[in-house]
Amino acid sequence: MRRAKGIGAINKQKLAQAKYKDKGSEIAEDQLSQMSKMLEAFRTNLEEFASSHKNDIRRNPEFRMQFQEMCATIGVDPLASSKGFWSEMLGVGDFYYELGVQIIEVCIATQHRNGGLLSLEELLRKVRATRGRTKQAQDVSLDDLMRAIKKLRILGNGFALHRLQDGRYIVQSVPAELNMDHTNVLNLAEGSGYASFSMLKQQLKWDDDRAHLVMDRMVQEGLVWVDDQNKGERLYWFPGLFPDTT
Amino acid sequence: MDRFEWGNGNLLQGETQVKQQHGVRLHDGTDKTAFDRGIITLTSHRLIWTDSVQQTTLVTLPLSLVLYAEEVPAGRGKSPRVAFHLHPAPPNKPPGPVMMSAHSYIQLSFKEGGETEPKAIHAGIVGIERNLEKKWRDTDENISQAFEDLNKLMKKAKEMVDLSRTIANKIKDKQGSITEDETVQFKSYLLSLGIANPVTRETHGTGTKYHEELAKQLSDVLTKPIEESGGMMALSDVYCRINRARGMELLSPDDLVDACRQFEALRLPLRLRVFNSGVMVIELVSKGEEAIIRQTAELLNEKKTLSPDELSQSTGISILLAKGRLLAAEEAGQACRDESVEGIRFFPNLFLNPPTR
Repeated sequence: MRRAKGIGAINKQKLAQAKYKDKGSEIAEDQLSQMSKMLEAFRTNLEEFASSHKNDIRRNPEFRMQFQEMCATIGVDPLASSKGFWSEMLGVGDFYYELGVQIIEVCIATQHRNGGLLSLEELLRKVRATRGRTKQAQDVSLDDLMRAIKKLRILGNGFALHRLQDGRYIVQSVPAELNMDHTNVLNLAEGSGYASFSMLKQQLKWDDDRAHLVMDRMVQEGLVWVDDQNKGERLYWFPGLFPDTT
Repeated sequence: MDRFEWGNGNLLQGETQVKQQHGVRLHDGTDKTAFDRGIITLTSHRLIWTDSVQQTTLVTLPLSLVLYAEEVPAGRGKSPRVAFHLHPAPPNKPPGPVMMSAHSYIQLSFKEGGETEPKAIHAGIVGIERNLEKKWRDTDENISQAFEDLNKLMKKAKEMVDLSRTIANKIKDKQGSITEDETVQFKSYLLSLGIANPVTRETHGTGTKYHEELAKQLSDVLTKPIEESGGMMALSDVYCRINRARGMELLSPDDLVDACRQFEALRLPLRLRVFNSGVMVIELVSKGEEAIIRQTAELLNEKKTLSPDELSQSTGISILLAKGRLLAAEEAGQACRDESVEGIRFFPNLFLNPPTR
């Protein structure tokens, strides 16, 4: 009899534990089904929104930017997957993914010349040239490019955006490691398109060794062109900083 | 009068004629000008005055410079007129008949006919102004409506983001277990909304059904092109090719990476590989790492020295990937580097494999 009680007690405990567990899983289950319902409702809302404003997103860079910023604020990445609601119903995805393809192609086409560095403005100009002639196709903004580039990074191609002192952006499209010293040289060179040892010494206060290390590295990576025709000292030109007029 | 420009009689793109009157004189303020007896043409974009006799003498005024127009009733000895009050000329205004004027308004006087002509011109201008205003208001309204709708939409989206976080936390804390199926379901919700799923990725393994299907598709499409490119292709390259082929419903970069990560688990003949530099490639499984290193080392011995450029040319792979192979060979002790400003060049490792005498 005692034994039965004992087993009974254990069974009761097990039962209680199981119930507790069930309660816990119930809560999660409940919330999951709640979420499922909310998603369905949201889908409808999004469809309505899309029918009125899908074109606004495609045509209006400011609206597009506002949309992106709001998504970021609430913790949503509308460009994460082409299977996402945003992409499927608003077509945001296609816009940026196509832009991504165009950006990669322009960068590859110009790499032999600039070593993988070019200004964001020039990238915009060249991307626009590859897009259609319609006003809509041309209505691509710097913000659009930057967002597309941020998405491309995950492909491991070394895409990065460097901000120069004057607010301009330089796009890197090769996986070279550019540290602070390299960016400082870019800042120095941004006005004229070139840098020299005397500039590095006077304005950055670098010693010879440091200047050599940094500049040799940049030559090696193909980011600068050496100009020994200048009277006085060698100049290092950044093709990525001056516009390609071809 | 200094707001006028010389014109050539051609209409602008999209410009249409609204009204035309003969016998019109231009006045600078109230002063007569030499532009006497002309034809005034009001178009959707401009006011054009053409000399009746010398049709090549033509001056134009963009309507964007018109502040407002008003009728000036006939007075003693003066015919009825329409006055146009004007904005200041923009700095880059094209050349015109008058450099500087003391007046910021002009008048048109009508020699022929009575009150009706000025009235007609005035009405014409007012009509154009109303149209423009309506267009701006409509666009304005549409955009404000769009922003309003966007706000409402985002509020709802935020509710779901918050709920998904609560659920994710519960799963993490193991409060309330959910079944495999439910996990799969939850992951697809996160995918739909575009929320990163830190919990499920680590603890519950591979990606969604969508990514698995995608992996199979990719494997079908990519195997042959990768074979033809020396057995390896950079992921950016794959991204461009796939999306160019699709045309629409393009893949996101994230989707591509997530799908490629499934190759091994699904036993497909491709692999995603990440080099130390961060470069990512898709390569054929048949070409094992060791086989490639051996191949590269043999080629190096044959050619005595190789740069990434040279290797890329002889194997038909990109320079970036060729560099990767040489670096891999070096790591395995099968190559030695020589770095200079000219770049990087590789030689067989004679320390390890001294030449046989």
